[in-house]
Amino acid sequence: MSLKNINVALIGNPNVGKTSVFNQLTGLNQQVGNYPGITVEKKIGFCKLPTNIKANILDLPGTYSLNASSIDESVVIELLLNKKDRLYPDVALVVTDVENLKRNLLLFTQIKDLEIPTILVINMADRMKHKGISLDIPYLEEHLKTKIALISSRKGYGIEELKKLIVTYKSISSEPCLNASSIDPEYFDGLRATFPNQLLYKLWLVITQDVNFLNLERKEIKNSYTKSHSDLKRLQQKETIKRYQFINDVLKQGLQVDASIAKDFRSVLDRILTHKIWGYVIFFVILFGIFQSIFVWSKVPMDFIDTTFASLSSLASQKLPAGVLTNLIAQGIIPGIGGILIFIPQIAFLFLFISILEESGYMSRVVFLMDKIMRKFGLSGKSVVPLISGTACAIPAIMATRNIENWKERLITILVTPFTTCSARLPVYAIIIALVIPDERLFGIINMQGLTLMLLYLLGFGMAIFSAYILNKILEIKGKTYFIVEMPNYKLPLFKNVAINVIEKTKAFIFGAGKIILAISIVLWFLASYGPGKQFKNAETIIIEKTKSNPLSKTALDNAIASQKLENSYIGIMGKAIEPAISPLGYDWKIGIAIISSFAAREVFVGTLATIYSVGDSDNENTIKNKMQAEINPETGAKIFNFASGISLLLFYAFAMQCASTLAITKKETNTWKWPLGQLIFMSGLAYLVALIAYQLLK
Amino acid sequence: MQTTIHSLKKGEKAIIKDFDIDAVPLKLLEMGCLPGNQVELLQIAPFGDPLYLNVNGSHVAIRIETARQIEVEKIKR
Repeated sequence: MSLKNINVALIGNPNVGKTSVFNQLTGLNQQVGNYPGITVEKKIGFCKLPTNIKANILDLPGTYSLNASSIDESVVIELLLNKKDRLYPDVALVVTDVENLKRNLLLFTQIKDLEIPTILVINMADRMKHKGISLDIPYLEEHLKTKIALISSRKGYGIEELKKLIVTYKSISSEPCLNASSIDPEYFDGLRATFPNQLLYKLWLVITQDVNFLNLERKEIKNSYTKSHSDLKRLQQKETIKRYQFINDVLKQGLQVDASIAKDFRSVLDRILTHKIWGYVIFFVILFGIFQSIFVWSKVPMDFIDTTFASLSSLASQKLPAGVLTNLIAQGIIPGIGGILIFIPQIAFLFLFISILEESGYMSRVVFLMDKIMRKFGLSGKSVVPLISGTACAIPAIMATRNIENWKERLITILVTPFTTCSARLPVYAIIIALVIPDERLFGIINMQGLTLMLLYLLGFGMAIFSAYILNKILEIKGKTYFIVEMPNYKLPLFKNVAINVIEKTKAFIFGAGKIILAISIVLWFLASYGPGKQFKNAETIIIEKTKSNPLSKTALDNAIASQKLENSYIGIMGKAIEPAISPLGYDWKIGIAIISSFAAREVFVGTLATIYSVGDSDNENTIKNKMQAEINPETGAKIFNFASGISLLLFYAFAMQCASTLAITKKETNTWKWPLGQLIFMSGLAYLVALIAYQLLK
Repeated sequence: MQTTIHSLKKGEKAIIKDFDIDAVPLKLLEMGCLPGNQVELLQIAPFGDPLYLNVNGSHVAIRIETARQIEVEKIKR
């Protein structure tokens, strides 16, 4: 039996718990991808309904209305206007928050005008008692021409009833609940007469929005029904008033609030969290706590992963038959995979904290708190969100700039976000800090390594803010400056939401970056295991010849041969070629190779060093860290990873633009190569300069 | 001088009267910032800007430059 799955679309304002409803309906049965051609996240889940009906649940981006003001919101309209879309909903679920019902119903009345069967999902019903709210469900169902599901995605009740309701989708009304065209009868009558086969509200959306409409040419409608921008907006205002009048009338009867019962935590928390002193203190304490714990808590699992892979590697070379393939596995693939997996603890912690900050509603308070300050640097309070989530990854962070209304503020935010310390830098920082900063405590409490990490994060933020200041002075872009941010209710983050978010994001990172890292480590292994010319081929005889007068022990001889080979392998030759450019920064040719290979993605750095130091090394038991620790400059006898070169490397990675994906997303969001190229040249140039100065001063 | 949201004090409530439609974004209207609706100034951010409002039950923050455009009438207590 193969019945077609029914399509269910989840629509709703931001902050109504739409994602929790999605998670409740689908569990972990989700697919996250992108809409074709654009980088808006597309989430589809599957749900088994009663009577064996299966449903595709589509979680659409949150939107306040069908008047789109960002690319995320236009996705919603484009789907709802296109009956031929594979995912065009058989039934729409408009998710609302019982405490914000009035405003949430605005979107509901618009969806109803599209004549799609619509269920009204009233979420957070568990708070009704607490807030003194009571609803007259039959009355609301009658006047809103819909079926209502009263649920709490937090407490998990009402979900089964909702599923039963979805099954009855064929009998759910698709009638509009008000007649919005009465705001200008003459205009709409004309429109209706000209396009008798089209839905009036669709025409109106096409006229007012930048969306494409299938059978009709946009221009065709536009030409005959053009109005000035002001007139259109006036009409939109009238439409909004009309809808609110209707909603107010319905709610007067259908919703009662006993204000005397309502307890207000919000105002108390707001007073503290946005206080002119305590607000900032709390914000910085939270940030400090996050970065300390990322370093401290991930230490144990990271060390565990590191040693596990080192022993796996040696196990492979002992147990498998000797040969090229075994070498590839033991020295190329296993260290390569280890180099990816070692990021998991830190990345997961980072995503965990960020998703708690967002889920709890605290992030909006930070936006409010920081707006005035950020504006001095040409940024918006809303830039704080990309700058903080940029600590996970610059790509979603740059996408998160879409809700910044002012183009100049948005552009500057996009340009400076890659300076924030993303999770790909973490493994680089982690290993170098572990090598050159002592694991001691300052004043007995503050871990020095954690402190260094914190300073690097601050440096990234500082550079982002400073560059924004400069860009604000030189860029001449004028535009209207709007700033609206919703201040949602405080919520205790839901474990399930946070957990799914962390798992999804970490998985995406590991698989996305993992493929590149693995491929590069295999290529690297080949380049490091083979070389042109006699110097490579006859490495053994050359070394034996050289040491004839002073014979070495067996191990020392093996090591000398291995390093002779590496130096004359393809990769060795490449590294040697760029050595003159990087030796003033304190790096040798091996680090040079790692810098070249991490050009497209920073995190490859550690994996590269892992592979390079494993090739030809008979002793795989050693961890990467120990191998790096033991590296010595053959001429001076000094350690390669010393304080000066370590700091220089940290600074280089703090500033250098080494991420092809970020460049691609900047191109996508700004629609020109000008800005990503600017980022690349400016950031990498700055990195070189700063690393050079640091090494020369410290050495 | 006309009274606008900007001239409200913390905790004061007012009724929205009128505004220049081109100076106020549609999104704010959709949040309930419409003539006849009530607005309350809940918080003022450190350094005096932005303003945190309760407009018709929606909790939103806007900048002073927008708040200045929205004419209101204070509710006397």
